[in-house]
Amino acid sequence: MGVIGKSMVEPNKVIKREREIPTVPVNLDVIGEKLISFLEKESFQIFDALISVEADMVTINIDKEKLVETAIYLKSTGELQFDYLSCITVVDYIASDNNYEIVYHLISLTHQFKMAIKCILTEENMTIPTLYDVWRSADWFERESHDLFGVFFQGHPNLSPLLLYEGFEGFPGRKSFPFHDYEEW
Amino acid sequence: MKSGDIFNMEVQQIHNDDAIDLMINMGPQHPSTHGVFRLVIWVDGEKIVKAEPHIGYLHRGSEKICESEYYNQVITLFDRMDYVSNLNNELAFSLAVEKMMSLDVPERAQYIRVILCELNRIASHMLFYGVYGLDAGATTPMLYGFRERERIQELFESVTGARLMHNYIRIGGLKQDVGPDFKSKVLKVTEDLKRGIEECDVLLSKNEMFLVRTKGIGIINAADAVNYGVSGPSLRASGIAYDVRVNDPYSIYDRFDFSIPVGSNGDCWDRYYVRIEEMKQSLRIIEQALRDMPDGEISTPIKGMVRPPKGEVFIRTESPRGDLSVFLVSDGSDKPYRVKVRAPSFANLQALEIMLRDTYLADAVLVLGSIDIIMGEVDR
Amino acid sequence: MTLIEVLKYLSLAGGLFFLLTMVAAYLTLMERKVLARIQQRMGPTYVGFKGILQPLADAIKLITKEDLLPSWADRSIYWLAPIAVLVPAVLMWVTIPVTGELVLSNFDMGLLYITAISVLSVMGLVMAGWGSANKWAVMGGLRAAGQLVSYEIPFIMSILAIAMLAQSLNLREIVFQQNHFAFILKQPLAFFIFFTAGLAELGRIPFDIHHAESEVVGGPFVEYSGAHWAVFYLAEYMNTFTVAVLTTLLFLGGWIWPTMPFDGTLHNLLSLILFMFKTILVIYLIFWIRGTFPRLRIDQLMAFGWKILVPLSFINILITSSILFFADRNPAFSPISHWIMSLTSLMLLVFTVYLIKYRANANGDVDSVRLVSASEIRQNILKKNEVTH
Repeated sequence: MGVIGKSMVEPNKVIKREREIPTVPVNLDVIGEKLISFLEKESFQIFDALISVEADMVTINIDKEKLVETAIYLKSTGELQFDYLSCITVVDYIASDNNYEIVYHLISLTHQFKMAIKCILTEENMTIPTLYDVWRSADWFERESHDLFGVFFQGHPNLSPLLLYEGFEGFPGRKSFPFHDYEEW
Repeated sequence: MKSGDIFNMEVQQIHNDDAIDLMINMGPQHPSTHGVFRLVIWVDGEKIVKAEPHIGYLHRGSEKICESEYYNQVITLFDRMDYVSNLNNELAFSLAVEKMMSLDVPERAQYIRVILCELNRIASHMLFYGVYGLDAGATTPMLYGFRERERIQELFESVTGARLMHNYIRIGGLKQDVGPDFKSKVLKVTEDLKRGIEECDVLLSKNEMFLVRTKGIGIINAADAVNYGVSGPSLRASGIAYDVRVNDPYSIYDRFDFSIPVGSNGDCWDRYYVRIEEMKQSLRIIEQALRDMPDGEISTPIKGMVRPPKGEVFIRTESPRGDLSVFLVSDGSDKPYRVKVRAPSFANLQALEIMLRDTYLADAVLVLGSIDIIMGEVDR
Repeated sequence: MTLIEVLKYLSLAGGLFFLLTMVAAYLTLMERKVLARIQQRMGPTYVGFKGILQPLADAIKLITKEDLLPSWADRSIYWLAPIAVLVPAVLMWVTIPVTGELVLSNFDMGLLYITAISVLSVMGLVMAGWGSANKWAVMGGLRAAGQLVSYEIPFIMSILAIAMLAQSLNLREIVFQQNHFAFILKQPLAFFIFFTAGLAELGRIPFDIHHAESEVVGGPFVEYSGAHWAVFYLAEYMNTFTVAVLTTLLFLGGWIWPTMPFDGTLHNLLSLILFMFKTILVIYLIFWIRGTFPRLRIDQLMAFGWKILVPLSFINILITSSILFFADRNPAFSPISHWIMSLTSLMLLVFTVYLIKYRANANGDVDSVRLVSASEIRQNILKKNEVTH
């Protein structure tokens, strides 16, 4: 794709054009804009959230210390009412940014809002407070993240292995895990 | 359980302090655990004191494999996660990639996708119906349910080439066009299904023994269901009228007129009957889609390899089990950077501990069956 | 006892055992065919003409199978349990008459003997559960014991009403008393109670929770394989045949045809054919119920037995005895007494069925699922997002 053929100036030399990597276009709908207007209110400013939009999802980046307070605020405020935690994902950005990113996707069943909360974890400090007491659906998602990535959730009552067997060494979700060379026996 | 009731007996639990509860293992191999799933139950006589699910027997590392496969190859992996409703999984992933690449899927492809996905929904619910009847002890619903499922699978074989792992919904549209007799075939299948669903409904739903075994068992109320992340028919049975096809529409579902069944008690019977009603509503969607299906192309051509732009996207769809979401992170190359599948059965299974409160050991099987889990997507 | 007599009794016993085994074996084939047809399949058709040799194939397979048992199981109890279940099943047949003349030994207290022997097999199931060293087996065995013992009461009490009506415990006498009207017409309630209690005694759907595959994975029989399991299987089908035969004898009139024109051996042959026909009808009904209904949970099963069947059987005895008493004292009352008995019985039966249906639905209304149209939800969402803008 990037090879355009041999150059006319210097034969036998191939010039590779740097391909510019495009980004996903932002496409926020009416409900999303309403959500942003709520999030830009005074009462939300105390959490120091960095609000952005990825494709059509309102995303906020916060410190992990403020995670539980933000979650409780989002769940209990009448206008927002994020009562449904859909998914917890850990993405491994060690190679590019030297950190892990943990993404929480929240849904509001009554107001049809969707948003994502992102926190940064570094390899030295993989602990983050648990959201078990805020949304119970975080229970197994956090156990899975602990299993596959090694993230430690403070306050979670039972972080035993969920998908892997007891005694499994290593964290298969990380990019550094030798996936194709791994021999189980 | 009322003590004056004819079909219930107040069993007095005399729990001595030095009595040990019996631990029973509904092991990975059991005729009723719907796949490799282990449930460790502590019983006091017949009453369940504590239940601990153990999963992971079918963990294949699908999400990790996706990171080393091209986007077209990932579709086959998604097929195998929820191996009963394959087309819905493929649709979720295709929608995610198409959203990232801002592709416009042609109208004809969208309509055919909807028709096939709704047929797959009926097939999945028929499997649930058959297996649930078998759990309750009736051997006949199994055969009736599978006869209806057979009709749908024959149709799938003639359209997609496979009965189960279809690999038909591709990024940008479909793999190939349907034959000229597609409309008549689907119409015939719909007619037969109408009668079949009616027959299945009459056989089991209002049977006294089935009612006695499923009414009032495994109750979860609305607030708990939302807190535990339950979705799909199990959430609707608890009284919350939420369906991703209606509240957060994807594909062309906002053009169709249908109803969603909502229960009120949150017990096993409601979860069962919500699925029966959903089948009838799916037939309505199929009829409307057949009527409006236009001619045209079957997929948008993509130049070269599928290389979505850099970024991330979160797609929500409604699979027969609930809210199937795909979180896709791309770094601009031709392989996904991170694929996370939020499987509905994974979250629904967490609510098992609430549903099994105050039930007897013999109810554990029925409660587990009513959540309708598929271990392929729980473990991925 | 001379040698001839001993040999004669031994050969009769052997012949009876052989016949019962054949009947039980072919009942398995009949069940599989009937169930298959209900489920829109064919059943066994491969072995022999239309599957007629299937029981033979099953027997060969079961006998040549390996017999596995955990080492810490109680061997002696494990071995004795199948015998403890099979022997009573065969013993009952000593006194059951098949036609007016064909009976091994007609006791005067035949009915009492049968009911007494039938209770013995409970012990066999508990032994099977215990001897298997398996938690599921123990649970199944205990469930079986509770269920079988509690359903003996309505089983016996409903027969008591019939005995009162026929004024005898001799089975042949009871059948001859049905010369004009079969007892099912006079005591439909007793028929219902007897049939249901009989199904529960057999451990058939809807009462088969103690050995259900999907519940306790086979219950007390989970560790049995091969020939041992075949003995349990055989005993179960022999018992099915026995209950069906008892139903025919006590309620359907046995071999009696109201106006049988022939005499002698032709009469006997036709009676035998009629008897088999009625029995097969009852057996078909048992298999039909198996193919259609789900099963009850153990506590629901016990509640049904103790709260419905037992009181009803006692009320039945009360009504029957009072009507018979008054009919005895006032001879003028006698002709219509039987009409009153059958009408009362029928009314009680209808009331029972209504009660069961009503209480099953009373746990919650059957209309708990309502339909919410999608357009309604979409409009709500649009309205909510319009107002704030």
